[in-house]
Amino acid sequence: MSKTPDYKQLIEAHFRVKLSDPLRSAGAPRFELVIDERLAARGVTAVFGPSGCGKTTLLRALAGLQPIHSGVLRVNGVAWHDQAGSLQAHQRPVGFVFQEASLFEHLSVAGNLEFASKRAPERLGPEQIQEITEFLEIGQLLPQKPAQLSGGERQRVAIARALLVRPELLLMDEPLAALDQTRKREILPFLDRLKSELDLPIVYVTHALDEVTRLADDLLIMEQGRVEASGPVDEVLTRLDVPRMLGEEAGAVVEGTVTERDSQWQLLRVDFNGGHLWLRDSGEAIGQCARIRILARDVSLSLADEQASSILNRLPATVIGMADDTDRAMLLIRLAVGDAMLLARISKKSAFQLRLCQNQRLWVQIKSVAVLH
Amino acid sequence: MPLSTADWAAISLSLQLATVTTCILLLLGTPLAWWLARTGSWLKGPVAAIVALPLVLPPTVLGFYLLMAMSPTGPVGHLTESLGLGTLPFTFWGLVVGSVCYSLPFVVQPLQNAFAGIGQRPLEMAATLRAGAWDRFFHIVLPMALPGFISASVLGFAHTLGEFGVVLMIGGNIPGETRVVSVQIYDHVEALDYAQAHWLAGGMIVFSFLILLLLYLTSDKAAAGSLQLRS
Repeated sequence: MSKTPDYKQLIEAHFRVKLSDPLRSAGAPRFELVIDERLAARGVTAVFGPSGCGKTTLLRALAGLQPIHSGVLRVNGVAWHDQAGSLQAHQRPVGFVFQEASLFEHLSVAGNLEFASKRAPERLGPEQIQEITEFLEIGQLLPQKPAQLSGGERQRVAIARALLVRPELLLMDEPLAALDQTRKREILPFLDRLKSELDLPIVYVTHALDEVTRLADDLLIMEQGRVEASGPVDEVLTRLDVPRMLGEEAGAVVEGTVTERDSQWQLLRVDFNGGHLWLRDSGEAIGQCARIRILARDVSLSLADEQASSILNRLPATVIGMADDTDRAMLLIRLAVGDAMLLARISKKSAFQLRLCQNQRLWVQIKSVAVLH
Repeated sequence: MPLSTADWAAISLSLQLATVTTCILLLLGTPLAWWLARTGSWLKGPVAAIVALPLVLPPTVLGFYLLMAMSPTGPVGHLTESLGLGTLPFTFWGLVVGSVCYSLPFVVQPLQNAFAGIGQRPLEMAATLRAGAWDRFFHIVLPMALPGFISASVLGFAHTLGEFGVVLMIGGNIPGETRVVSVQIYDHVEALDYAQAHWLAGGMIVFSFLILLLLYLTSDKAAAGSLQLRS
């Protein structure tokens, strides 16, 4: 993909939203959202932050459900909001999936889907409708009323319905937050497939880091109505100012390919842009893409390659930066491993004893890695 | 035949008055109830109070001020006269105006409750599914608020049938023109003609009972709930 920004695949968001929302307590200062970002309109852009940070407001402003106070919003080169005016929600080519699967209760599942397909900019053929119902495996639910469905089923119908209006941009507002763990696991594979099989940019709002690391290509971190960091997920997660917000969950995400299976030791080899890692064999096929999460607390450092170690994954690395952790005894170290970035969380005492400094070459030892899918 | 020609004329007039009034109230009440259910304006409280006034005022008070307003020297009378419509008191259309005011809360409140019950979310969903404002109203609001429309219509109709005080103040007692069933019953009682009064009064009870029963049997809990008027 070319590096020059293609306005065809860009969300240019430079605007302010002011909320005088009666839902927010009367004494609280009026909430203001300030966005000044150019987001890639491809893949999954996760918007991550604590509740009340404005991430849902951002999504609603993109959809036209929340009026923009001032500024400009252009998507794929088309102005959705500028000084000349604003496209209303029903004029914007978006699909929206709400947190709690909001279906029209007075219509059947089929009626809900038809509501969307009838209003798509181009009339969909029955094959296309069937394709989407099959994609989300909701064919047998069609005659039922929303009240008869489980939370996971409702959410799948809501996703299908959003896809049926043929959106140019899919907006998802914490689609898993209202579901329990079992239902989450039921929906996540559909989100993986949504991402890999459809050429549809998705803006995905969540406060769950595991969803970010599993799904996101790009990441926007928000706090109190402002964007704290944004960029490719691997880069943002290894920034030294960001992990402090994440605490124990700080760590890197790397993407690689399964290249070898060691059946004697039940291991898999995954090659990534920083070398290769051996992981426990969880059944992935050779050639499959694997997303791997390496937590900062699972990475330790040594000056030499400790052959006599129980740790399988040892990689040469260079120190790029260091910063204080929220824990006063600890340091966060940003490391370049090949072309990949990793984070390590070590004690200040160890850093002193190793005499760590910028650009120092050393070895990282990775105690454990988690395959995300 | 227990009912005289004059009784039948009164029944026919009452039914016409209730039908016309209910249709007008649905047309006026729907946007008003929608506004009351959605607005954050400071005017909401005062407007809701004005709408609810007929619930607590004696009909004679309402009738008195309507009569003043519609008389040739009143503001409404000036308007109707300048439009060449004559004056409204002691005419059928005068009764319609009075009934619309008198039954307003019985239509607006069930509609307002029904609209408020829908909430914002279905409308936002519909908007993100490319439905414009009218599309949303006809395909989301109307079907979802249908029980509210049914109870609003039934209550508006039944309440207009039962109107007496306002009619007497602004309509008088003109046979075939303003003499509705309630006035006819009054006349029978004044004439000590209790047998005739019984037939009409008993008929009113049975009829009102039946339409309310129909409402409770056919509509779901939501509609029955909206019958609990805040009077």
